[in-house]
Amino acid sequence: MDLVLTMLVPFLMLGTALWGAIRKVDIWSALTDGAMSGMQSAFRILPPLVGLLTAVSMLRASGAMELLGSLLAPVLTALGIPPETAPLLVVRPVSGSAALGVGADIIRAYGPDSLVGRTAAVMLGSTETTFYTVAVYFGAAGIRKSRYAVPAALLADLAGFCAAAWAVRLFFPG
Amino acid sequence: MAMSVIWIGMVGLAIFCGLATGRGPDVAKAALDGASAGVELTLSLMGVMCLWTGVMEVMRRSGIAEGLSRLLRPLLCRLYPDYADDQPVMDAVSANFSANLLGLGNASTPLGLEAARRMAVGKDGIATDGLCMLVVTNTASIQLIPATVAGIRSAAGCTSPFDILPAVWVASLLSVTVGITAAKCMSRLWR
Repeated sequence: MDLVLTMLVPFLMLGTALWGAIRKVDIWSALTDGAMSGMQSAFRILPPLVGLLTAVSMLRASGAMELLGSLLAPVLTALGIPPETAPLLVVRPVSGSAALGVGADIIRAYGPDSLVGRTAAVMLGSTETTFYTVAVYFGAAGIRKSRYAVPAALLADLAGFCAAAWAVRLFFPG
Repeated sequence: MAMSVIWIGMVGLAIFCGLATGRGPDVAKAALDGASAGVELTLSLMGVMCLWTGVMEVMRRSGIAEGLSRLLRPLLCRLYPDYADDQPVMDAVSANFSANLLGLGNASTPLGLEAARRMAVGKDGIATDGLCMLVVTNTASIQLIPATVAGIRSAAGCTSPFDILPAVWVASLLSVTVGITAAKCMSRLWR
């Protein structure tokens, strides 16, 4: 099972390239053009990541992160969510780059293979920047009355956080 | 603007907390460490991001995204019953959904906005059930291969950064199911 997961990405790369070649696509220029746009996105997130990781590292050094965790601990423990991930839950629906910064900080601080580090990674991978997305979509469509869109989307986020914690304990017991 | 307030709040709170707990010097040092950590993180992610957007571009040009979108269409028509007969809307919705599955962030947003604009025509600025469903499926992450997260784990010294994939799939599926169910239930109650 582990081997299948480890080899999934290399095989996806090969499979995609072969399929592209059969379809007579110039896969090399597609690969390099795509990589160019990936580089541009990476450069775009550099300035916000520097600003956010500065603030997040200061918060961690000051002890405010642990404070937030212990403040929210009663609620989070009841939901089965490790309290150490509290800062990520707070920023996740608001800002994508802040979530990336906070998530990376948690993964670094607790280790990528720890329960907390894995839970933070799964949370990052299974939720989105809800408020930003709602603003962009309804802004573009000229919607003023959003009805139940925000509560339904936030409920999905909450379910994602709880499910992330539960799935990590399911797949990585002990 | 919101980010400005958040940033000032974070830095202010860190300084206040640091001084209150006697960790002022640690906070000052952390500011510089954090700034370079931001650059290091971006640089270590850049390779993964380039590789994966490259592979995704191959998928897009060789028609894999299009095929997936055709495959998903019958399922999506059930999710958007009001638009099932509206060709242009369902085209945009299914292309948006398949781009989200493959993690084609740059392609999915314009497609989703196209669908949103078409759905909003003549609705007088009030979100229809279809628009709410579109927002819910776009605020729930359904990406099959979260490459950036794997990059972060690998940068932190993880030897098998993709071992979280089954957990991500289960969590994403539960999250999007809850979102869709909530939207369907609320659409009856919320007039």
